[in-house]
Parts: sequence; C-alpha cells; structure tokens
Amino acid sequence: MQINITSHDGVPIYIQIVNQVKHLAASGRLTPGDELPPIRVLAEQLVVNPNTVARAYLELERTGLVTKRHGSGTYVSETRAPLPQREKIKILASRADALLTEARHLDVDLAEIIKLLRERDELMEKEIRK
Amino acid sequence: MKFPSPSSAESVAAITNLTRRFGSRTVLDEVSLYVPRGGVFGLVGENGAGKTTLIKHILGLLKAESGTVRVFGLDPVADPVGVLGRIGYLSEQPDLPGWMRVDEFLRYTRAFYPNWDANYAETLRAQFGLDPAQRLKTLSKGQMAKAGLLAAQAHRPDLLLLDEPSSGLDPMVRRDILEAVIRTVADEGRTVFFSSHLLEEIERVSDHIAMVHQGRIVLCGSLDEIKAQHRRFILNFETAQSKPPAIAGILSISGTGKEWAVICNGARAELPAIAAGLGARIVAEQVPSLNEIFVAHAGTTTA
Repeated sequence: MQINITSHDGVPIYIQIVNQVKHLAASGRLTPGDELPPIRVLAEQLVVNPNTVARAYLELERTGLVTKRHGSGTYVSETRAPLPQREKIKILASRADALLTEARHLDVDLAEIIKLLRERDELMEKEIRK
Repeated sequence: MKFPSPSSAESVAAITNLTRRFGSRTVLDEVSLYVPRGGVFGLVGENGAGKTTLIKHILGLLKAESGTVRVFGLDPVADPVGVLGRIGYLSEQPDLPGWMRVDEFLRYTRAFYPNWDANYAETLRAQFGLDPAQRLKTLSKGQMAKAGLLAAQAHRPDLLLLDEPSSGLDPMVRRDILEAVIRTVADEGRTVFFSSHLLEEIERVSDHIAMVHQGRIVLCGSLDEIKAQHRRFILNFETAQSKPPAIAGILSISGTGKEWAVICNGARAELPAIAAGLGARIVAEQVPSLNEIFVAHAGTTTA
C-alpha cells in the first residue's frame, strides 16, 4: 500500500491517510479482503506517529471501508459500507466545490469539467479491469 | 495493538514556573510544561529560544533558579540516578569518547544501564551499519548520530529525549532517528520528548507540541487542537495594498497587491465584517501548516 504524506498544506495527516486509502480502494488497487499493514508497520513506513495511523484506521472503520478482525488485523470490507446517500453526497459536494473553484480561477468552463470527469472515469475503469 | 492516549495519562515531566537567567539574559521565563506519558512531545522554537536550556533542566544538568522541575515525579538534580537511568538522551552534537571503538563504546554505555538490552543493541548496530571495530572519532557525522541514538535507545528508556537530533544530518539518518522515535512510542507507555526547528518532522511525529519563543511558551497543546484552532484566511482587496492592512486580533498578515493571507487563532467570526470594512472579501479559509502557525506566533513574517 503506497501512501504519500505531505506537510506543506494544512491537511491533517490522518485525513491524508484516510483519503488515500479511500482512493486506493476506489481505483481497485485495494480490493475487498486485502489486509492493511499493521499500525506500527505503516507508522514506520510513513514516518508518522502510530496514534495518527490508529486514528485514520478508526475513521476508515467508522465509514465501513475497512473491518477490524479481532486479534488479527484490519481488512478491506467485503461488502461496501451502507453509507447513507446523503452522507456520500455531502463528502463529494465539498470536493466538487474545490474543483469548481479551481476551474473558475483557471477559466475552464463547466462543459469541459464534465468532459474531463468522463475521461478520468473511463481511465479508472480501465485500471480496475486490468 | 493499543496505544496509550496521551491526554489521559499522568505526566512524565512536569515543569512549573521555571525561570533561568544567564547573566542579565533571561533564557527561560516562567515556563510551565507537562509532558504526558506515552506519545511524542515536540518542542519547537528557533535557535536560541531556550530549548536546550529547558532540556538540560529535565536532565538535571541545570538546577532550577526558580520554579520546579519533576521527572517521573522526582527532582532530577537531587536524584540523578533515579531519573537518568530511565532516560535515553541524544544531543545535537553527541559528545562521545572518540578513542573508543564502537564495540567498546557499547560495553562502556551498557555499564550505566541495568536494563540494557544487548540483543536489541546488536540489532540496532547491524541496522545502522556500524562497524564494531571502528573508532568513534573516525565515524562520519551521520554515523556518530546513529551511535549516539543506539546508546540512547538500547536500554529501552521510559523517556527518550532528543535535542535537535536531525540538525545537519542527511535525510537517511534523519529517517533512522524518526523511526527510532516511532518505535519508542509504539512500545506501550514510552514517551519521546523531541526538540527541533524542522517543523515538518515535528508535525509528522508529534501528539503534543509546545512552541517556545524568546524563553516563553507561546503555544502548548495537542497538535490536533492547535491545528484545529488556527485558520488561514485569504483576503482579496478591491484595490492593491501597498503595505500590510492593519487588522486587530490577528497573528500575522502577509502578501502583496490585492491578495493577503491572514493567520488567526480561533474562529474569528468577526473577520468577514472587518474585511468588508476594509474593502476586502474572504476568498478562502484553510488550515495552516505548523510552520505557518509557528512563524505567525514568532512574529517574524515579512510582508
């Protein structure tokens, strides 16, 4: 599992881990049943505080993306979490806002953004099938 | 695996109203600090802020002029054996006996610590790539730091105290040092106290931080709380500003022309109204990096 942590922007490290694990799962690089590295191992790999990794795992568990099996480890859930639709939209809305703000600054219109989203989606689909 | 929650644990070091002067210069000014058990406590501050002086008080190398210092509940000056036996210490420039070979140095250090773990020491020696037959004075700066780190770690101290350990070292050695920090804290109940001016390192590994500026603690708390408290607002002015606009109650302002970044402590609900009064609007609200928070508190921003 490859994760990159940066301290340049203000995003808390545990959120960076959460977001990247979500991304790895969404792009098929992590599949249901895969085991996440033990907290201590990932902490040493990323050179971050183990409590931070523990907090990220707890958050991922809360969203249902991963499941902790008692005494063994943390695994990507077999069944996708029953995250309420409202909650999902809320998460995506803030991402969409960030994208749209950036697009306005760069003078890129909505039609082009939609086209870009389709292209990226196709690319991701191909990655998953591979 | 369970990691101790730093907030609920008792303190490993408790410093109350510590003041220290060297001649007429006040190096530490009414410093109070509690280092909770378990976790990483990062001490940040520019060179000369008083970090090393503070650490020397924890080690009992300096006696408190006024105020008190307690480590594991003990006075480190009155009871050096009870305190130092449970501490692993690495200074910025480890003062190691250069004439000793690496293996001699390890045997020598071992004699001071009843809890010395020879197997662990050997594991670390191999991992750090230190040649047992090499004389310490012929080691590179990075290898010297590793030898010092080994000596500070191999008795599995309750408190690992690192004073600017990364200073002047290459990224590989810095990584070894940070990994040692993480291993120490992952061993349940152990504590790391770590001073650095490399804020990125502090931000990666710390649970708690204290910011010392000109001998005073200007900020102290859990890293999450501190980050959650501070905000960076980007203000866009209608007209270009030739000098930083004066806004009351903020920590710092920097920028040029129409766009200025303001760092605030707290939610600052009144900021939109103040900005509007100055002919500006808030175009972004962000969480600043620890580096920006530090610079804002140290008051050394250049506009």
